[in-house]
Amino acid sequence: MTQSLLEIDKLSVTFQLPTGAVTAVKEVSLSIAEGETLALVGESGSGKSVTSTATLRLLPELAQTQGAIRFDGEDLLAVTPRRMRRIRGNDISMIFQEPMTSLNPLHRVGRQIGEVLTKHKGLHGSAKRRRVLDLLQQVGIPEPERRIDSYPYELSGGQRQRVMIAMALACEPRLLIADEPTTALDVTVQAQILDLLKSLQAKYGMAILFITHDLSIVRHFADKVCVMRYGEVVESGPTHEVFDAPRHDYTRMLLDAIPRGRKIPAPADSPVLLSARDVKVRFALKKRLFGKSDYFDAVRGIDLSVRRGETLGIVGESGSGKSTLGRALLRLLKSEGDIRLGETDLSALDKSGMRPLRSRLQVVFQDPFGSLSPRMTVGDIVSEGLKVHHPELNRRQREAEVIAALEEVALDPGMRNRYPHEFSGGQRQRIAIARALILKPELLLLDEPTSALDRSVQVRVIDLLRNLQQKYGLTYLFISHDLSVVRALSDDVLVMKEGQVIEQGPTEQLFSAPRETYTQALIKAAFLDDDAA
Amino acid sequence: MTSDSKPYSGEQRDGAPLPAGGPKPPPGPDPTPDPRAADAPVGESLAKDAWRRLTQNRAAMASLGLLIAIVVVCIAGPWFLPWGLAEVDWNAFGTGPTLENAHYLGTDANGRDLLTRVLYGGRVSLSVALVASFVSLVIGVLYGAISGYVGGRVDSLMMRFVDIMYSLPFMFLVILLMVVFGRNIFLIYAAIGAVEWLDMARIVRGQTLALKRREFIEAAHALGVRDSKIVTRHLIPNAIGPVIVYVTLTVPKVILLESFLSFLGLGVQEPLTSWGVLISEGVDMMESAPWMLLVPSFFLAATLFCLNFLGDGLRDALDPKTR
Repeated sequence: MTQSLLEIDKLSVTFQLPTGAVTAVKEVSLSIAEGETLALVGESGSGKSVTSTATLRLLPELAQTQGAIRFDGEDLLAVTPRRMRRIRGNDISMIFQEPMTSLNPLHRVGRQIGEVLTKHKGLHGSAKRRRVLDLLQQVGIPEPERRIDSYPYELSGGQRQRVMIAMALACEPRLLIADEPTTALDVTVQAQILDLLKSLQAKYGMAILFITHDLSIVRHFADKVCVMRYGEVVESGPTHEVFDAPRHDYTRMLLDAIPRGRKIPAPADSPVLLSARDVKVRFALKKRLFGKSDYFDAVRGIDLSVRRGETLGIVGESGSGKSTLGRALLRLLKSEGDIRLGETDLSALDKSGMRPLRSRLQVVFQDPFGSLSPRMTVGDIVSEGLKVHHPELNRRQREAEVIAALEEVALDPGMRNRYPHEFSGGQRQRIAIARALILKPELLLLDEPTSALDRSVQVRVIDLLRNLQQKYGLTYLFISHDLSVVRALSDDVLVMKEGQVIEQGPTEQLFSAPRETYTQALIKAAFLDDDAA
Repeated sequence: MTSDSKPYSGEQRDGAPLPAGGPKPPPGPDPTPDPRAADAPVGESLAKDAWRRLTQNRAAMASLGLLIAIVVVCIAGPWFLPWGLAEVDWNAFGTGPTLENAHYLGTDANGRDLLTRVLYGGRVSLSVALVASFVSLVIGVLYGAISGYVGGRVDSLMMRFVDIMYSLPFMFLVILLMVVFGRNIFLIYAAIGAVEWLDMARIVRGQTLALKRREFIEAAHALGVRDSKIVTRHLIPNAIGPVIVYVTLTVPKVILLESFLSFLGLGVQEPLTSWGVLISEGVDMMESAPWMLLVPSFFLAATLFCLNFLGDGLRDALDPKTR
């Protein structure tokens, strides 16, 4: 084995909270050699970020650390704060998950990168500027001479992450810690960023500690992998060994947690449930009292039709207008064009005309934390639709319906008097599904229902959705950027970009032989090829 | 389908048995094999959680206790004192605190018992605070929530009205009311309430603007819930945290405003008094009878301290960012 650059030896981190001590990391040991990539993998709450933050000693003061973190033989937990500041940014640097918030919005890009150079390399003036331009060039920012004077808000998410990488690389660190650097980005951008990191690693020979929950990235990117759960390392080893022959049950479970199977097609003679012609949505960006207002066209004329019992997958990157389309179809947003549910023309109805039809069209949102009112009990949340659509029911009957709905989504009905904050993400998403199901809808709009969940939870929610569809003959509009989920659930897929349909067709055909280059790029970037089951 | 056939586990939040009754089986294993379900927080509502944090805050709890004590003493105290509000003791003009003649905190220049007057004054000050805060709470919350929720032109109009109200000089408004309606304690309630709700409306509107983009509001739309229900059932309960905190900050503000009005002679009328009036009288006698300033000032300062600490404590307890 080569000399290890970073060696974490039995690191434990305990947070002293008013409610008691919580041990986030328990005796974690790992090592990274020069030029190597180690992936730290785990689901949310597994302690992977705490481990990496502890390496840079950036933990809050109420955290107590034990063990040793040796960087090039020096115990980072023992050095002085002054020495630590020399190491940060110079020898070890870090990229964070959120490119939107990790840059200071008030400073120009060039100044933020230059700050590191002044601090650690003592560069000033034109030498500094030359180096910043060079860095921007290296991380693939177009027109660096212009971009050096941009503010962060003028850059896209991918470009901001490139700027973050440029900052991290400014002093040619020997270790780069990347904490979910691509999670907030679209798949195609993710692929570009990963390629960039790989090529820079080859150039500078730095080691990378890569933190992620996404196993498909790990397989393509890391030399070694370390699987964490509840603050402990359950398995570690070379990537191909762990992936080919996982020893621990948890690793196996994570690897298996890929949505498999295909949708059983709906009967060929089932009638069209929802059809839309030439749907357009435009938002007013700036309303002027006089003169012309500025508009943004989010959806530019989309036709679609879904038959009863079918699932239409709508895929696209962020900003493609897929969520807007979904909301417009359910008349949650104003739109132009013709929308029909069965024989009823929805686009002709006003708010109160829509109300009786709402029970037939339900929706489950992406964010399981935002979609449930924190001040209502689960029972109240689930029964709210009944109060609107079945006011004839008394309390007892409503309660019975709530219990049935919660059992349907495999939740303990005894928990209906609790509040949403007591539930995990997966459970909350089940509550949201129960809220929609209790009205016995025909069409369910699923707006990224699994995106905020851990993989293993995701798979269970997908199974649930599949079973419910079978049982009740539900029709789904499934919006997602996650192609593996869409492939497992949909009959037809609609690929959107900039408010328009790029490609549309049966799932199998679209995935095996995409016609458009954009679709091809999406599928390639999603690393789907190796999990075809 | 009857609910009786369903297996129950657990209890309702208040510990009462479920309406359907039936024997309760022990809570079974979690039905979802969610790995995080095991360490998910168990058992309490947000309000209870907030109360638990508040009780852990010593300063806030001590303030709450002292505040309750002051309120109880102001309400009940005068019954146990031998002196009336306007009763003059011809043997004691401007005497200092003493135990001899039952004027425990002394008398004022007219021979009236100071403790009695401070307690009566407390009733006025505290009731003004309570009523004006309540008025500002009700108007402000409804106004702000509607303005923020409806949005667009209605929002603009409603907020411009608030701006206009802001720009009216408060003193001018009060003097105008006095001239038209004569001096009356209810006018003070009205005048202070009419000014204080403006801040509340702005705060609630801001909250509402943030909340109405949340997905649970959208989900309520998708369920077909009426707008009025969305405001009362979803928006207001979720905006209530900052509102409660703001109310505890409004109460001291109102007491000070009333004191200010009374200090200027626009407040309550003799023989009725308030802390503000007593302090202003005390200022006149500062050199010869310092207790006349110190006693009411102490009560006022203690109340304001308590409310501020309590407000701080509530903010910490209700702020979801600290959880």
